[in-house]
Amino acid sequence: MPNLNDILILLPEFYLVAAACLLLLLDAFMKPEQRPMLHWLSIAVLLVAIYLVVAGQPSQPVTAFSGMFIRDGVSEILKVFALLSTVLVFVYAKPYLQDRKLFVGEFYTLTIFAVIGIMLLVSAGNLITVYLGLELLTLSSYALVALNRDSRLSSEAAIKYFVLGALASGMLLYGMSMVYGATQTLDLAHLHMAATHTNMPHLLVFGLIFMIVGIGFKLGAAPFHMWIPDVYQGSPTAVTIFIGSAPKLAAFGMAYRLLASGLGDLANHWQLMLACLAVLSLAIGNIVALVQSNLKRLLAYSTISHMGYLLVGLVNAGPEGYAAALFYAISYALTGAAAFGIILALARAGFECEEIDDLKGLNQRSPWAAFLMMLVMFSLAGVPPLFGFFGKLLVFQAAINAGFLWLAIVGAVFAIIGLYYYLRVVKVMYFDKPVEGAEVHLQKDASVRLVLSLNVLALLVLGIVWGPLFGWCRSVFVG
Amino acid sequence: MIDPNMFQLVCFYAFAAVTVVAALGVITLRNSVHAVLSLVLTFFSTACIWLLAEAEFLAIALIVVYVGAVMVLFLFVVMMLDIKQEQVREGFIKYLPVGIIVALVMLGEMLGLIGVRAMHETVMGANPATLDGVPVSNTAWLGQALYTQFLLPFEIAALILTVGVVAAVVLTLRQRSGVRHQQASQQVRVNARDRVRVVKMAAEVPVAPQPAPGKETTP
Repeated sequence: MPNLNDILILLPEFYLVAAACLLLLLDAFMKPEQRPMLHWLSIAVLLVAIYLVVAGQPSQPVTAFSGMFIRDGVSEILKVFALLSTVLVFVYAKPYLQDRKLFVGEFYTLTIFAVIGIMLLVSAGNLITVYLGLELLTLSSYALVALNRDSRLSSEAAIKYFVLGALASGMLLYGMSMVYGATQTLDLAHLHMAATHTNMPHLLVFGLIFMIVGIGFKLGAAPFHMWIPDVYQGSPTAVTIFIGSAPKLAAFGMAYRLLASGLGDLANHWQLMLACLAVLSLAIGNIVALVQSNLKRLLAYSTISHMGYLLVGLVNAGPEGYAAALFYAISYALTGAAAFGIILALARAGFECEEIDDLKGLNQRSPWAAFLMMLVMFSLAGVPPLFGFFGKLLVFQAAINAGFLWLAIVGAVFAIIGLYYYLRVVKVMYFDKPVEGAEVHLQKDASVRLVLSLNVLALLVLGIVWGPLFGWCRSVFVG
Repeated sequence: MIDPNMFQLVCFYAFAAVTVVAALGVITLRNSVHAVLSLVLTFFSTACIWLLAEAEFLAIALIVVYVGAVMVLFLFVVMMLDIKQEQVREGFIKYLPVGIIVALVMLGEMLGLIGVRAMHETVMGANPATLDGVPVSNTAWLGQALYTQFLLPFEIAALILTVGVVAAVVLTLRQRSGVRHQQASQQVRVNARDRVRVVKMAAEVPVAPQPAPGKETTP
């Protein structure tokens, strides 16, 4: 029976649900000119949620609602960074939304509902909670992608995302039902025990394959990546930045819960499957990105390749590999938020700053913006001493220690191929002549400038002092 | 005499085959009304399989909610896409054969279920669901489980529905300028004084017709 203690364990989630409902009501009774207040309130709500997550961190993993929900170190670290990157999204998105008449309260409430979905997903102790958390996250995302309903691209992206997302959910559910059939349990802890002595091992592996398809879709790993470029390009940039940051942490959390907590003993089966997904993602992401001219599409293919690196870490199937993959997911969420944040900050009414050519000669127009963009591109490419470099180093190390030397070599080769298109953006900014008449400037909004600068400088600082964060990542898996 | 277990197994495979064929029909038939009718058949056959598996509540809910309400509404929408009255009447005749086939297959499935029930007294009667050791009906067990063991998923489902409502409103509600809306709150608050204004004015004195100055205006 659920009791008060269960509610206390879920305090951050319950608090966010209540806050989201209040914000929804407040928005309905608010005059449009008061809406900036809603913006600051939403950010305050998320900051309080971070405090609640950190303050209520249990020393031992605890479960609530008959094992449906687990609160442990892994979920805490994922929640903190998911909430943090959503705060960044809210800060960067405001001027963009105001310029395009998209500054509606529902953007904030739907995003907060999506974050609640992420929090439930990364804390799931049961296959049902995994599925429902995922649905909460993706349903909110579909609506957010379609937010700019007068844009054909946006509607097209939303339809594609919705149809493919529904298909992937179906695959995941099918896999889950097969796993349930083989083990007779939905609880991940029981599943872990039942998986070793089931008398239907083939059915279990059959279900596992479908679950990996679902995970691959949510991560955006090739060959389940088809939706990523269109959705990234089609949705308003303020939504792309959200889809490109916090949900990546959720996808890692989902993969960890399903594969490690649930079917960890089948690791010898799923290691090779994930390695195949990783190689395909690295190849497709890095090679197709070479020929992109649209910046958002370029970053979309770059995401696919980054999910490949994350999978390289997961292939290790041990605490070291999970820690490396978690570290990589965090580094990608923060770097992705910064990359799209700069695009948002350079856009203005009637100008999206989506094409790489829009950045021509940015160094002469706005040296600070060019410098920030250069740091972000170097971090994405994995140039030392930036954040992205140590993420890559750690996942390669994890793969080598697990006996996947070939995978690490493939990863390193594609990292060098990827360097080309990141450097192309830097070259365009620094060495090309600015186009006459095209004015590109950094957003005037002081909060955007400040937070964006801090975010990018954090990539540099975390790249130099990466020890504590990686220590935290490792402690949640080892301890 | 047929072996009851054997007959149940045959029924299961028959229902499963109908489900798969009908589901294929949903995605391959070019005529949208036929596709919707196929979907109805898919749901119905699934419900039959669930009845065989002794999940009575789920089977009934599937029939009542999906076949009874959602799909009929869907069928209305699809058939109303061409809103000309005579075409709708033509459509009724045109779609009748497929409708009858679907109905006959459903009837066959129902007869199969009744056959299973009649042959095998204990299959549908004994319910495996127990509550504190006492055997209870499927519905009672579900109700108990939903509010105890599965409380959290139940609440998350409620949250998902809330998101659905918010998303539907934000994607469809348009506030265009220049459109005249009825404002109920203002209508209710109106007083008689706002509508009729009694104006006091001096009694009018008829003005004597003035003599025409020129010749042109004469008659």
